[in-house]
Amino acid sequence: MIEISSNFLAPEFLAPLAALAAAAAVTYFWRALGVAVSGKVDKDSALFRWVTCVAYALLAGLISRMILLPIGPLADLSIEQRAGATVISLAVFFLTRKNLLIGVASGAIALVLMAKLGPL
Amino acid sequence: MKSSPPRDFGSRRLAYINGCKDAFGIPAIILGSTYMGFGALVSETGLEIWHALLSSGINWAIPGQIATMELYAVDASLFAIAAAVALINCRLLPMTIVLMPHIRNKTTPKIAYYFMCNFIAVTGWAAAMRQCPLLPEEQRFPYFTGFVIPLWSICMLSTAIGYYLPGILPGEITMGLVFLNPVYFMLVFVADFTQPGRPTALILGAILGPLTFLLTPDWNLLITGLIGGTIAFYIAERQTRGKIRKVETE
Repeated sequence: MIEISSNFLAPEFLAPLAALAAAAAVTYFWRALGVAVSGKVDKDSALFRWVTCVAYALLAGLISRMILLPIGPLADLSIEQRAGATVISLAVFFLTRKNLLIGVASGAIALVLMAKLGPL
Repeated sequence: MKSSPPRDFGSRRLAYINGCKDAFGIPAIILGSTYMGFGALVSETGLEIWHALLSSGINWAIPGQIATMELYAVDASLFAIAAAVALINCRLLPMTIVLMPHIRNKTTPKIAYYFMCNFIAVTGWAAAMRQCPLLPEEQRFPYFTGFVIPLWSICMLSTAIGYYLPGILPGEITMGLVFLNPVYFMLVFVADFTQPGRPTALILGAILGPLTFLLTPDWNLLITGLIGGTIAFYIAERQTRGKIRKVETE
């Protein structure tokens, strides 16, 4: 099924590799720095508690940005459609006593239906 | 919320197997679907399957991967791509610092952490943050490894499957697959909401994230993390100090 590229030295193949390598390098930098720094931060210190708060704020900020102002294919939908699907997902999640799978699935199905039916 | 009782799987090996078991459920379904969406996205960009697999292989964490592909598609410079991905993935630094004390033990060689940190991403992180503190110290790292390695393997497989799907799948379905991921992350954190100190940081982050993105799409996460995290930290510290004072005066 997988086709072997006709030429691994072609620029169409090599140019994206540079981008991928650069992206991977900066990503690894953060993770490795985290490992290196973690040995020097006391788990019971105020600094550690602050880093924890920063981590959770960052994660929530990223997730809410991915939903409300996405880059990629979701950007073709309106913010009302994405917010609507998110609210449906949250509502179903709580109605089903925090069933993750049903909550996530209903949000995605709602989004697909809204995308198919067009703007409400 | 009641605090969960300690768990003991009996051995490092069983901890690893239980990590696998926990991953081969909802996490595998959701991330599998997400990475099918990612594979589809890459093939629409006109890149080869090797590029898609390399991205999932050495740059595992979906937001940075999508950004890399999107920026490459619009001919962004190498520097612009590296800078944008560094800013999107800066969350991995505090995430790793916070996770490490929960998975570290005395016998594992340091190099193992420098290798395994490649697999720190939201799903495995959230699972390890929940489970590992309950486990005996020597079972924590095996549990994390058991959780993330199979999960990552499924992501690699799904990337390849998704790469060949766009011709078959309508665009709306691809959108639905990509949407699964942020919604899943959101619900994972909503489920953990009652953990002390977290709600403020999560709510502030969720509000600041999109707002700062409108002001500065590049720096929005860094600003969100620093401002939201610092405010949440001060609120949490004041509350604990208040409680301690109350206990002392009583």
